[in-house]
Amino acid sequence: MNKITPEIVGGVGDSPNKVELKKKLLGQAKYIDDLYRPNMLHGAILASPHAHAKIISYDVEAARSLPGVKCVIPGDDFGDDFMGPFIKDEGAIAKGKVRYIGEPVCAVAATTKKIAKTALGMIEVEYEILAPVLSMGDAIAEDTPIIHEGLEGYTKIFDCISYDNVMSETKLSEGDVDYAWADCDLIVENVYETQAQNHMPIETCGALAEEDGNGRIELWSANQSVFRVQANVCETLGLPMSKLRCLTPSIGAGFGNKMEAHVQPIVVKLAMETGLPVKIVLSREEDFEMIRARHPFRIWIKTGVKNDGSFVARDVDILMDGGAFSDDSPGVLGYSVLCSRGPYRIPNMRSFGRVVYTNHLRFAAFRGFGNPQVNFASEAQIDEIANKLGMDPIEIRQKNAIEAGDTWFGGQIIESSGLKECLEKAKLASNWDAKRNNTKGDRNHKRRGLGVAVCGHISGLLGTGAIIRLLEDGTVALNTGATDIGQGSDTVLSQMAAEALKVPLENISLAQPDTDGSPFNWGTTASRVTYTTGRAVVGAAKEVEVQVKKAASQMLECSEEDLELVPGGKVGLKGAPGHEVSFFDISKFTHWGVGGPIVGSHTLVYDNPSIDPKRAVASGTPFSNIGAYAFNATIVEVEVDERTGNCEVLEVWSATDVGRAINPALVEGQLEGGFVQGLGYALFEEMIWDNGRLANPNLMDYKVPGSMDVPYDIHSIIVEHPEPDGPFGAKGVGEVSIVAVPGSIANAILNATDAKMRKLPMSSERIFNALKAKGA
Amino acid sequence: MTDKNIVPMIINGENHDITVYGRETLLTILRDQLGLTGTKRGCNQGVCGACTIIVDGVAVRGCLSLAALCEDADIFTVEGLTEDRVLSPIQEAFAEKGAVQCGFCTSGMLLAVNALLERNPEPTIEEIKEGISGNLCRCSGYRKIIDAVLEAARLRKMEGVTS
Repeated sequence: MNKITPEIVGGVGDSPNKVELKKKLLGQAKYIDDLYRPNMLHGAILASPHAHAKIISYDVEAARSLPGVKCVIPGDDFGDDFMGPFIKDEGAIAKGKVRYIGEPVCAVAATTKKIAKTALGMIEVEYEILAPVLSMGDAIAEDTPIIHEGLEGYTKIFDCISYDNVMSETKLSEGDVDYAWADCDLIVENVYETQAQNHMPIETCGALAEEDGNGRIELWSANQSVFRVQANVCETLGLPMSKLRCLTPSIGAGFGNKMEAHVQPIVVKLAMETGLPVKIVLSREEDFEMIRARHPFRIWIKTGVKNDGSFVARDVDILMDGGAFSDDSPGVLGYSVLCSRGPYRIPNMRSFGRVVYTNHLRFAAFRGFGNPQVNFASEAQIDEIANKLGMDPIEIRQKNAIEAGDTWFGGQIIESSGLKECLEKAKLASNWDAKRNNTKGDRNHKRRGLGVAVCGHISGLLGTGAIIRLLEDGTVALNTGATDIGQGSDTVLSQMAAEALKVPLENISLAQPDTDGSPFNWGTTASRVTYTTGRAVVGAAKEVEVQVKKAASQMLECSEEDLELVPGGKVGLKGAPGHEVSFFDISKFTHWGVGGPIVGSHTLVYDNPSIDPKRAVASGTPFSNIGAYAFNATIVEVEVDERTGNCEVLEVWSATDVGRAINPALVEGQLEGGFVQGLGYALFEEMIWDNGRLANPNLMDYKVPGSMDVPYDIHSIIVEHPEPDGPFGAKGVGEVSIVAVPGSIANAILNATDAKMRKLPMSSERIFNALKAKGA
Repeated sequence: MTDKNIVPMIINGENHDITVYGRETLLTILRDQLGLTGTKRGCNQGVCGACTIIVDGVAVRGCLSLAALCEDADIFTVEGLTEDRVLSPIQEAFAEKGAVQCGFCTSGMLLAVNALLERNPEPTIEEIKEGISGNLCRCSGYRKIIDAVLEAARLRKMEGVTS
């Protein structure tokens, strides 16, 4: 990449060090488990041993009498208030019934961790075991046990279609699919299946709460949104939001795991009961069994094309395991339906999806949000189609690729798309034509292959805000409420403020999220912080610009229209260098003289509609306004050992249209990291249940990619097609990098060996079996 | 092993007499007793490497090391990598190459790299991959960490770091 010297040091397009870098390198960054309070108690949670059972009674007396135990709270002592971002179906803790192994049943606080754990062993809970529902198929079978008897009466925040064990059903269609099959020269129909993936941020979930003596509670926790923490705790405990202050320490990554509630409601309840600070940090095993994971999918997909490769029609049926509680599931379903057409023009399109309750832990948001699953099905099937037509996989994608001015499935107009350029650049860089035609490996039993997959993914949605203050000395304080979970948003948002106000990055300070003082921010999710919070930062900076110009016009005795921002934190007369006043002087003038301290703010909610009722017929859709689209083309080269089925990824080209790279080094970090998380998902990561019990809730048995499992040669290719309403043209990049990974690897295996992979993970065993089946 | 032992250790260059109960690990002692929270607990099972520390020159897992067995051991944690909060060449290289995202694996990674470069001052990419293979990072794709190690080796050579 060409290094351009920016006008503003640390401004947009520069790659300065992350603003919090040094404290992380020195080991001084404080994560949730690094926080302590005087007289702090340690909490522990008793987990359900049953997948589905009625709670008959609790005996907590022995645990309560253990020296050092300060309180034991059984589920019955919690209220009856429910949380849930789409369907309010979940309390702070199990009550009356347990719905998965690992679900919290009782909570303890004691003076040491050891005493708290010992107390758990002294609690007796009597259960009446119910027949569990352990698969998606069982969930919709006839006469199957019902997991949520109260489903009909739950509060739903959208026009939700739910019945029996179906928590949500979504339909979307355009054109006339049934009629269009007659126009197709080739129709291909397949079933694809995907597994549960654990987020596995190296930091587990945890929280620390303290009541302040005045009835107000301060809550620190590992989170992706202090505002979602506040909402979830207040909803489940029946607290007014004004009584709870939520803050954030450094976060050891999230990937969706820390977006909605984990242990926060329980920790707050323990702190309220004891009047003392209480901390719980989950063990790795607890985090695996208790929190959330990526949804398993079963996808039936039928696509019809013309002989020239143009797509004519597609029909999709999605079945998703939602687990025991709805959490983000209805949203993930709705979004996977929206993404089931892929970034293509298909005039006749129908997608039907159901997400069902089972007695697994809840499945929820995970980087990609339902898109990686449908993308795998779509992209793998397109290569089977291309092979049948004798077409090159890149050629068939270019022919049907979405462009600026086209619409996404549902009717939203795409304002910018660098998809075709991504494909072109990745093709060129990978030496596609030569490598596709030579599948010889370095040994006789090894075969090499190149595969491509593409995707679009939103830079999302909902409400956000920013406040910028000019401090007395003319430096700048930025406050957005966005949690940086490691991806670098603190840096990117500071860079945008620096660029917009033309001040060096080092003159910007960034407030950490605090529900007492930060403007609302829905959360670090949906690849949305750079795009939506960035827009708020730019808007707030514009307001500050107006105010500093107003003050400067009085100081310089000129019209505001004749003034401009000058790099270095100054306002100057246009065309008259040297006639300027500094932010320092302006701030002095406004703080102590005229006008008052300068504060700029801006808030917005993403409001571009996803569904155009003139184009599409929709029902049960959870989002009205989903976001702007970023695009990616991923090409991988693999080597498959035909004796063992082992697949090694040798080299990667990940080309992404990010609109505008605010910090190219951080964009690369997202592209490389997203690819590797996708590699684990594609090839070996899998949560396995044995009769309702997670069989591999630890890192010995659940493998994530280590340095030996991934190629060094991951080439990030940044493509910039600015989004008209994006801040400096930027779109989000957090998720778009993972979506196409499984499809690209499946297609490379197909190129290398002709084996058709339709189930994730594509383990050695599955590849080996597919190689054997190929001969049959 | 009795229930309570006084165990002398050198931690980041300072002598300590540590009170160790039963089977407490070095990780617990460092974090809960000494407040050295730069060393992280990721799995408590010896897999993730977030608790990597250096004991007598060797990178070990804090969560698997019994503190009672560390009599007179010379222990380094991330807090002991530098003096006066001036970044060491390895830390400089991690900054320069953008090798830190969430930072939770960083402390352990820095110490694993320190041990690697002590025994192999000019590692190849393959040797680096092997050297950090016991340290999981869930944010990066490892590439920027590998680049940082190459850069650290270069900086150390330039600065004549030998120990």
